[in-house]
Amino acid sequence: MSITKRFWVSLIFSLPMLAGMIGMPFGWMLPGGDWTQLILTTIVMLVSARPFWQSAWASFTKHHANMDTLVAIGTATAYVYSLYAMITHQAVFFESAAFVTTFVLLGQVFEERMRNNSANAVEKLMNLQAKDAEVLRDGDFVRVPIADVQLGDIVRVKPGQKVPVDGVITAGSSSVDESMVTGESMPVEKHVDDAVIGATLNSTGTFQFRVNQVGEKTMLSQIVELVKKAQNSHAPIQKLTDKVSDIFVPVVLNLAIVTFLIWYVFLGASLANALIFAVSVVVIACPCALGLATPTALMVGTGRGAKMGILIKNGEVLEAVNDVDTVIFDKTGTITVGQPQVTDVVGDEAQVVQVAASLEAASEHPLAAAILARAKALNLTPIETTAFRAVEGKGVTAQLNGQTGFVGNQKMVTDDQLSATLKREMVRLQNEAKTVVLVGLADQVIGLVAIQDAPKTTSREAIAALKARGLKTVMLTGDNQRVAEAVAQQVGIDDVIADVLPGDKADWVHQHQQTGKVAFVGDGINDAPALTTADVGIAMGSGTDIAIDSGGIVLMKNDLRDVDRALALSQKTFNRIKLNLFWAFVYNVLGIPVAAGVFFAIGLTLSPELAGLAMAFSSLSVVTSSVLLNKAKITSKVATA
Amino acid sequence: MIKLMVLLGGLVLIGFITWWFFGKHAIQEVQANVTVDQQRVDIDVNGGYSPEQVVLKQGVPAVLNFTRQDASSCLDRVVFSDFGINQELPQNQPQAIKIDTSKPGEYEWACGMDMFHGKLIIK
Repeated sequence: MSITKRFWVSLIFSLPMLAGMIGMPFGWMLPGGDWTQLILTTIVMLVSARPFWQSAWASFTKHHANMDTLVAIGTATAYVYSLYAMITHQAVFFESAAFVTTFVLLGQVFEERMRNNSANAVEKLMNLQAKDAEVLRDGDFVRVPIADVQLGDIVRVKPGQKVPVDGVITAGSSSVDESMVTGESMPVEKHVDDAVIGATLNSTGTFQFRVNQVGEKTMLSQIVELVKKAQNSHAPIQKLTDKVSDIFVPVVLNLAIVTFLIWYVFLGASLANALIFAVSVVVIACPCALGLATPTALMVGTGRGAKMGILIKNGEVLEAVNDVDTVIFDKTGTITVGQPQVTDVVGDEAQVVQVAASLEAASEHPLAAAILARAKALNLTPIETTAFRAVEGKGVTAQLNGQTGFVGNQKMVTDDQLSATLKREMVRLQNEAKTVVLVGLADQVIGLVAIQDAPKTTSREAIAALKARGLKTVMLTGDNQRVAEAVAQQVGIDDVIADVLPGDKADWVHQHQQTGKVAFVGDGINDAPALTTADVGIAMGSGTDIAIDSGGIVLMKNDLRDVDRALALSQKTFNRIKLNLFWAFVYNVLGIPVAAGVFFAIGLTLSPELAGLAMAFSSLSVVTSSVLLNKAKITSKVATA
Repeated sequence: MIKLMVLLGGLVLIGFITWWFFGKHAIQEVQANVTVDQQRVDIDVNGGYSPEQVVLKQGVPAVLNFTRQDASSCLDRVVFSDFGINQELPQNQPQAIKIDTSKPGEYEWACGMDMFHGKLIIK
């Protein structure tokens, strides 16, 4: 019989006794007196309370005890004593046994619902998965179940459909809503060669893509796996409750016996009163609240993180975050975009970029890519060039439109080719740690192009938020000191460590660990050792698989502000765990003495019924507090930066 | 006189409870049934787990069959935190749980409230 049914049976048969209790002061008695009580309570015991006894007995034979042991002993004592009292014509308290059963079951009904509620984040993620896909088979697109999609298949996605699995676009373009996986609220533009993620929603266009991950290898499956593990992981703080819960029930039983002995033997209370105190002690003690405090909060916190695109690997990470006082960032790709971009053009922009792009069109230099990207953004097409020549260590020259054009560094030109204004500009840009390229036509320098791996637009705000949290920020980079300092100044980072070899990143993290706990934020493969060394490794999304494996927290979105959100969420969750544990302990630490009659002298006592109610609501309140974590505000300390 | 006897009885009961729950008692341990390509263990869930300790062979795919007979909501889930498994156990319906035996070691499992524990040894 389900808990809900047991609760209803118990409630219906308890109600007449409740009416009798309320009616007593007004002179109304339950018809049939003790006999009615006996019959009603016996039904409650047999139907609703019997499973408690069975479970308690099964545990007992294995030398274990649990909450059911307490409920079983409490109700059985009240019931058996009342039988004895009835035979010897003394006052009975059958209703206590029935009410305690009802209240405990009521608590369990709610608790079961709440627990299922806290566990459903994974289910929601799983439901994101598309059920079928339109796959190209023998020249036609046919609808097949998702399980039949294979690596290398070409899949078509129409507007409004879900992308079924992971892959790379081969034809068409569209904007895709990836919020369910990355937490990014803006739709992302996707073109040929862009990667698409399974379970995201295609909005406007139709496109085809080649499948590169199916089944357990897809991003969504990996996220689900990670969240599952995180939700069921242990937090170190739990070790305390693990120990307590092992000894809790037997200790409470002994306390109840001591309570009885003191009241009955030493204080001369009546047998009935001494028993009531003992039963109250047994009934109010609630080991469940202790046991539920950590797992439920962990489950809700990590589940909520997954929805925001923040994957927290386990409870240990969550706890470690609270002691972090230094955050170390990798520069390239983490604070900066990771690709050099044209930041300034001095001179007639269209002409300068056109000439530069024409000359660089054939070059494979990383700076060339930046110039070509700018030309594309300005809708300029490179002009055909002839007599292309690279000048070692200086730049390139070529003929275009009958004139000699050149692109290169300062060594490319003589002093009189460069006007005083341009020279000033060049120095200014170089002081901003930008690489400056000179562009010339017909022996005259016509302009300058400044190129830099620019910080992401959100980096400054993100760093400010972390500093507002009182954290020290440090940047590690392989770049030279000047470039590094310029970037650090732009985003407001405290310390810079430049000229770091990729292999030495972990050593630097280790060095900072001498003074406190360190979080490391990075993405690339060469960040993996540093991510593992740090107390909390935060792997940025769009990162490689290795980085994701080494990080304790994985950010799905490539947005540095999520570092602050991840820290905020971890702290919120951990604080909720502490709050839960505090309440669970307070319930027991305060509840047991009250129930034992320690405060009898000042008129503060608990009947077994009230003890049962208090017990039911202790675990319920802990679970509710965890579920409410879903509603808690995760705010950054800096609203605008 | 009666009170003295009650006192003695109470003290004896306290002693018994302490011995019964805290004393050293043998833990039931079971080796898995190994066929060529699979090993399995049936675990009864009734006031705890029996057996409470399971030994599995490394590298052979393993299945643990949990059957909950106990009506207690304490035991309605089984959690293997190391494997990310959190399986609901409907009463009297055997639930098969696949265990990845690739890494040797000792792993704990517990009920949803972390009150009852069992141990898995892979070697």
